[in-house]
Order: sequence, then C-alpha cells, then structure tokens
Amino acid sequence: MELLGYLADGFATSLSPLNLFIVLMGVTAGLFIGAMPGLGSVNGVAIVLPLTFIVPPSSAIILLAAIYYGAMYGGAISSILLGIPGASTAVATTFDGRPMAQQGKAGLALIAAACASFIGGTVSVVLFTLFAAPLADVALAFGPAEEFALVLLAFTTFVGLGGDDILKTIMMICLGLALSTVGLDLISGQPRLVFFDQPGFYSGISFLVLAIGVYGIGEILYTIETQKAAPQVTPAKLTFKELWYGIKEINKMWKTLSFGSIMGFFVGMLPAAGATPAALMSYGIAKLMSKQPEKFGKGAIEGVVAPETANNAASTGSLLPMLTLGIPGSPTTALLLGGMVMWGLVPGPMLFIEQPDFVWGLISSLYTANLAAVLVNLALIPVFVWALRMPFTVLCSMVFVLCLVGGYAPSQKMHDVWLIVGFGVGGYLLRKADYPMAPLVLALVLGPLMEKSFRQTLIAEQGNVMAFVERPLSGTFIAISVVFFLLPLVKHVKAWLGRAPSPTNN
Amino acid sequence: MLLADRLIALGLMALSAYFMWHATVLPIGWNGMTGGPGGGAFPFWLSAIMFVVAGAILVRSYRGQIEYDPTFFDPETLRSVVLVVVVLVITVALIPIVGAYIALPLFLLWYLKVFGKHGWTLTLILTVCTPVFLFFFFEVTLKILLPKGMTEPFFIPLYARFF
Amino acid sequence: MINNFTRRIALATAASAALMAALPAAAADWKPQKPVEMVIMAGQGGGADRLARLFQSIIQKEKLSAMPVLPVNKGGGSGAEALRYLKDKEGDNHTIMATLNSYYTTPLRTDIGVNIEDFTPIARMAIDTFVLWVNADSDIQNLDDYVAAVKAAGGAWKMGGTGTGQEDSLVTSMLETEFGLDITYVPFKGGGDVAKNLVGGHIESSVNNPSEALGFYQAGKLRPIAAFTPDRINVFPDTPTMTELGHELVYSMQRSFVAPKGMDPEAVAYYVGMFEGLNANDEWQTYTSEKALNADFLTGDDLQAYFLQERDKHSELLSASEGS
Repeated sequence: MELLGYLADGFATSLSPLNLFIVLMGVTAGLFIGAMPGLGSVNGVAIVLPLTFIVPPSSAIILLAAIYYGAMYGGAISSILLGIPGASTAVATTFDGRPMAQQGKAGLALIAAACASFIGGTVSVVLFTLFAAPLADVALAFGPAEEFALVLLAFTTFVGLGGDDILKTIMMICLGLALSTVGLDLISGQPRLVFFDQPGFYSGISFLVLAIGVYGIGEILYTIETQKAAPQVTPAKLTFKELWYGIKEINKMWKTLSFGSIMGFFVGMLPAAGATPAALMSYGIAKLMSKQPEKFGKGAIEGVVAPETANNAASTGSLLPMLTLGIPGSPTTALLLGGMVMWGLVPGPMLFIEQPDFVWGLISSLYTANLAAVLVNLALIPVFVWALRMPFTVLCSMVFVLCLVGGYAPSQKMHDVWLIVGFGVGGYLLRKADYPMAPLVLALVLGPLMEKSFRQTLIAEQGNVMAFVERPLSGTFIAISVVFFLLPLVKHVKAWLGRAPSPTNN
Repeated sequence: MLLADRLIALGLMALSAYFMWHATVLPIGWNGMTGGPGGGAFPFWLSAIMFVVAGAILVRSYRGQIEYDPTFFDPETLRSVVLVVVVLVITVALIPIVGAYIALPLFLLWYLKVFGKHGWTLTLILTVCTPVFLFFFFEVTLKILLPKGMTEPFFIPLYARFF
Repeated sequence: MINNFTRRIALATAASAALMAALPAAAADWKPQKPVEMVIMAGQGGGADRLARLFQSIIQKEKLSAMPVLPVNKGGGSGAEALRYLKDKEGDNHTIMATLNSYYTTPLRTDIGVNIEDFTPIARMAIDTFVLWVNADSDIQNLDDYVAAVKAAGGAWKMGGTGTGQEDSLVTSMLETEFGLDITYVPFKGGGDVAKNLVGGHIESSVNNPSEALGFYQAGKLRPIAAFTPDRINVFPDTPTMTELGHELVYSMQRSFVAPKGMDPEAVAYYVGMFEGLNANDEWQTYTSEKALNADFLTGDDLQAYFLQERDKHSELLSASEGS
C-alpha cells in the first residue's frame, strides 16, 4: 500500500498542466527523432538533457521519459514505411512491416505497431512497479556464460528467418559475424581487421551503417531497377474502420502480446542483452507458435506485433539495471545515468531507499508518457501514411538524403557515409543473387556480444568449454536453443520425407 | 543470373580470403593457457567458413541442379541504377569539399529535375527547404554539425545567431 | 520553481563574472566562432564518457563557453581513433579532447603514428584513484587474506577489469609482480560491468575506480581491501593504502583535456580559462569529493611535463606486464 501512495504522489505531479504539456511535446519530438533513420532515443535524450537543468527536476524526468517512449514508438515508423530500421531494436519489425506497407496496409501496420508498443510498455511498467527491487538480483545472476547462452538462444530463434537457400543464409550469418569483429579485440586490447589502415575502422562497423546501407540505399536501388520507377508502395488509405479492425485483430493475439511483453521485460533487464535480442526472440517464437508460420515475412500483422511488443517492454526493462545497479545497458540509459548524476542522485542499490520521490516520479511518468505516446502516434499515422503518397522519385530523393545525413550524424565521420554507399551497392547485388539480408544485419548486432561473452567465460573458466552447460541458467538456455535449432530441421525433414515420393518435385 | 551468381560467389571467396589474411595478425589458435580462442580466431574461422560456403555455391552452380533466371539485370533499368550510384558517389565525395549544404541540394536538383523529370516548382521548393530543415533539425536542435567544407565561413553568423 | 530559476541565473551570472575577471586580457579577444567539438577517447557510457558529459553540462549550465561544447565519442581502438583524429586537426581552434590513461598506453602499445608531445595540453581536471575490491560475502577482510586466497586458488583467481593493456590490467600486473601472484585477468567492456560481475559473483576481485563501485559499497555489497593511493581516500576512511601496508603500489588515472598541435595561444588561453571556471564550480567540487576523485588542477608546461613523465612510467609498466 505504501507503493500505491508513492505512485499516487508521482501521478499528482505528472498530471499537472505544465507536465502534461511537456509530455505531449516530448512524445512528439521523440516520435519524429525516432522515425529518422540513424537517429534514436540516444539523440533525443542527448538534446533534452541540458534542458532538464532549466525545468524543475520532476518535469525534467517526465520530459526524458516522454522522449524515450516517443523515440521507441518512432523506431517502428521508418521500419514500416521505408523498410529502414532506425535502430537495431526495430530490425525485426521490418520483416513483416515492410511487406504490409508494400501491400498498401501501411496504416494497419502502424496501428498494430503502436498498439503493440503500448501493451508491451504497459505490462513492462507494471512489472517494474511491482518487482523492481527484487528483480535487480536476477540481473546480477547473469555472468558472461549466461550472456553467451542468451545470445545463442536469440540466434537460434531466427535460424528459420533466412531464405530457402541454406548455403546463402549461412554465408550471410558468417559475413555479419566477421564484420562484427572489425575494430578492436577487447580481450587482447589489439586492433584487428583495420582495412587499408583507415582509422575509421578502429571503432568497428556500426549496425546503423550496415542497416542504412543495405535497407536504405540497397533497397531503393533494387526498387529502381525492378519496378521501373513505378510506385514503391501501394498508396495507403486510413479509415476508422481500419483502426477498429486493427484493434480487433490485435485483441486476438493475446498470447503473442503477453509472451512478448514479459519476455521482453526480462531480456531487456539484463544489462548486456537489451531490446534487440528480445525483439528477435519474440518474433521467432511467435512464428514458431503460429498456426500459419508461412505467412510470416509476407505481411503478417502478428509479425509486427511480436517484435514491437517485446522491444518496447525491453526498453522499459533496461531502465531497471540503470536505476537499481547503476549500470547502463544501452547508450541511452548511460546518458540518463549521467543526467541523474547531474541532479545529485546516485543510481544504485540505495536509490530506491534514499530517493523514493524520484524513483516513483519516474515510474509514474513512464505510465503517462506511454499513454501519451500511443495517442500521439495514432493521431499522427495519417501524416506518415500521407508521406508515402509522394511520387516515387520525390520519396526516393528524400530517403537518399536522410540516409546520407542519418549515417553521418551518429558518429560524425565521412568514413561511415562511404561505408553506407558501399554496403548499399554490395547489399543490392547480394539481394539480386538471393542472399538474405536479415541474418547479415542481425549477426552484426549480436556478434560482438557473443564473441565477448564466449571468450570471457573461457578465460574465467581456464578454457573449460563445459562451463556453459554446467551452470544452471546458461545450461537451460543452451538446452532451449538446441530445441529451437532442431525444430525447423525436424519440420524440414518431415516435409522432405513427405514430399520425396512425389515425382513432380524438383 | 548463372554468371552473376558465380561472379558473386567468387567475389565473396576473395573477400573472405582477404579477411583471413587480415585476421592472422592476431593469434588464431586455441590457447589453453589463457583460455579459449585468440584475438584473430573469430574473424579467421568465420571467414574460413565463408570461403568454403562460397566455394560450395560456386560448385553447385556447375552441377546445374538449380534453375536460374536467364537474366540478372534488367537491361532497361540497369542504366538508371548505375547512374544513381555514380551521382551518389559524386555527392558523397563533394560533401567534405563544398559542404553538405551545397552537395545535397545539388543531388536533389539532379535527382528531381533530371532523373525524376519533375517541374521546376517542386524541384526548387524541395532543394531549398531540405537544407533549411537539415540545418534546423540537425544543427540547431540536435547539435549535430554537418560537414561544411569551404562554406564554413558563411555559417559563422548563423552559429552566432542560433547557438 | 521560479525562485529556483532566478537563483540559477544569478549563479550563472556570478560564475561568468568571476570567469571574466579571471581571464587574462589577451584571451578576452578570442572567442569560439562555432561550436567546440569535444572528442572523447572512449565509447558512450563509460566512466570517461560520463565525466566528459558532466563537464559539458556544467559548461552549458554555467555558460562557461560562448559556443556550445559538443561531445563526440571516438573510442575505437582504445582511443587510437581519437588520437589519429586529433592529429589530423592540426591548427584547429575548435577541437579539444578528453583523455584518460590510454592517452599514453595506446600509442605505446600499437604504432599509430601519433606522438603525444605534439598535442597542446589544456588542463588536468582530476585524478581518479584505484581500490582493490572483493565481494562483501567473501571471507577476505584484509590484504593478507587476499594474497593468501589468491595463492590458494593456484592461478584460477578471477580478476575482472577493463580491456587488456588498459589501466585495470596494469594495476593487476603490478599486484602480480609485488606479491608473486598468478591471476586470471578477465577483460570486460567497462568499469560498471566489472562491478556488477563482482557483485554477482562471476569474478572474485576487481580494481574498480571508487565512482564505479560506490553504489554497491554503500549498499554493503562490495568490500574495499586496499587503496592504490599515497593517502587514504576520504570516502573510505577505514581502508588502508598499499603504501601503509608496506607496498609501494600507487596508480592513478588522469582526466585531462588536450588540444591539437598548433592551436592559437589565444584559443588555448580561452579554454584554459573555461576549465578554470569549471574547476571553481561548486557542483564539480561536490562531485569530486563524493566520488573520491582528486580535483588536482594543472595546466600549461607543468601538465605537459606530467604527461611525459607518466608516459615513461607507463612504458615501464607495459613492458613489465607484457613481458611476464
């Protein structure tokens, strides 16, 4: 009951007219920043942090929460409309969001993404409210071995995501993993794969650069060639009927929703993992559990709902280790942590005891911001859909400019802009030859985590490989991954056995 | 398609060989003393798998089990693609020299007017508004400076006004 | 709230007035014409990044600079990327770099064609300290227990720290040499990660900076064993220093700012003035005492001399640690 009292105090502040205004502004700004390819919540939080020293601290927290949520919702928008994931967390959203937009169902996809994000965010905030303190111990139980097992699990859930050509899928996974090793070897502290002695490679190849190159430039080149400059997407219309239909459809997916939210929250809570593996696992599992898995990747609403629920839940979850342990799980939470230090707060185990006003103020602003974000997002969908009705060449030219500028912005290096063009052309050629792109991009995201935790464990365990299986948590994850890995194989074999006698089969 | 598939497979083999060569700078073996693989092991062995897989794709193409489309590129539109890539490369090369605020509008001008065959009104509106939007969104709001090249001096009064 | 706001403005005015008075006459002529780029030699989220962003916020809040200071992370290759970048910025008056000890160690370990003597020193803001930590659940109460426990583990003792060749690994190798120990060093991505793994029991000790472990210490999850400082740290009055215990083990991490080669003297004076203002700031002083940082301000030739002396020291440390 003490908890409710704190929360009520928090709500009292977050619902004042000034704060409501701040929430709306923050959410709208966050949405647009998140919708830009290349920009995400990091940029949003970075710009408002200095502002937070001007407004009173309670409003500052609300502003930050609003930007944070706005940007999370916004990530799905460029994934769906342009097919460019604005952040690694939104890669999985492109799998079905993009086909839906191409079929003229962009509005429906955006509605689904917004509602799913809302549900994921809400469930996650509730879990946060109820169990924040005890859950910190779960995060502590995760050492390198568990991290490795979790990443492996995330990998196996998307084994089935590649094309039909297994060789080409393996090729792309390995290429992504190899690209992820560029830069510095953390363990020995030595640079490696610094091609042509270019200093730009020291910091490795960022996910954004590859994603913008492959999905942004590569995709447009592909469209220019294959569609002879015909419209890239069927003009989308948005009606209330569609909104209602969308909400009804989502209602039926309670299994995906609840699984995505809870799993997302827990995975997001682990400092090293975060929202990307959460979104992937949610997508992979939704596909596994679905009665019509063949629809996934071709514009299934559930394929948008699953990752969006999980990544929003995970982004909320990732605030937990930051607040309770003082460990930022993502660049955005690192910035938030910096901001809290500026306000004279010490994030860490004592925060909940010493600064309950702050903590509960933040939690209640998360509720408010989440609600505001879904409303603003739904209200703006017609604007986003309208953007798709621009003539193809106009849209293309804008996307090219956004890709170049968006690729430059995060690192401020021309090196990355060149890489984007290079990846764009390379990705276009590979795509033409039926190499699947999703495994490449995801391997690049998960690769560094996987190598680092694998080698840390082996060093700590004196080279004992069995350490992964012997530890209870990591052993369990590895067992589940083996099952996930074998499931599609079993299906393949079954299908193959069933098909083999048929002579028409080539 | 068949030829292209082979060429791409060959290209990937060359790429993985290059990666492998680079990776050998650090130890690629398993070191029992310090536990686990050396710094070059991951890139080296992953590239080695890539090499083998690309080789398998190449071999497969000769066994003729897979049907290929007769053409890889659409000859009609390939010209546009090449043209766009060339202009894109020129634009990126120009950015550090003349600055993003000259290079990007030039790109837009070409893309909309010449490539897209749109009218002057639309072209000019977009070529003028885009840099203005970029300046206010990226520089003024997000405090991310875009490269200016030789146009730097023109921005000093703007900085003084907006920062 | 309004009250608060006016107070802030008053503070800011006072601070800038104080700053104006402190500036030498010549420096008043030069002001940054465009936003100043603050290159950070580390990735986002680490200790160095957090501190640099703290400086940026104070500078912005107290209006210590005429133009905004914009942090840019160039943490690639343990700072190699940032050093190369600064080298290419020769003569630029609008770039400064936040450094840490990789300022010396990175050019020493890999040949990246950078000589730190060329750069222009601006100001040393603080010196960060190192403390030996164990999990509060362990039986280790003092240094003797620690050495005995490590010896008993026979090489399997797990020490966590930042990347190999960086500060934590150097401190670890100092420990190994001094006590004749054999330690398994597990590199992590950042100090926060190390502290968390120590609390979670995945490693057995660490040499975290106090700021990284402070939260857990206050919650009673970590125990300091000994400090690698000449004098006891205020925040941990009961923790002996290595020197007290009869071991000459002192190591520190500098947090300084440097500028490219050939920056105009007027510009250098401007930035030195800016950091002087920062150094005098109450917020910064409170932060340093809370986080057990030593706000040892140093500028000009003295700072350059300090850099070169530290570089020689690290050269010895590195050859000792990599030779073993």
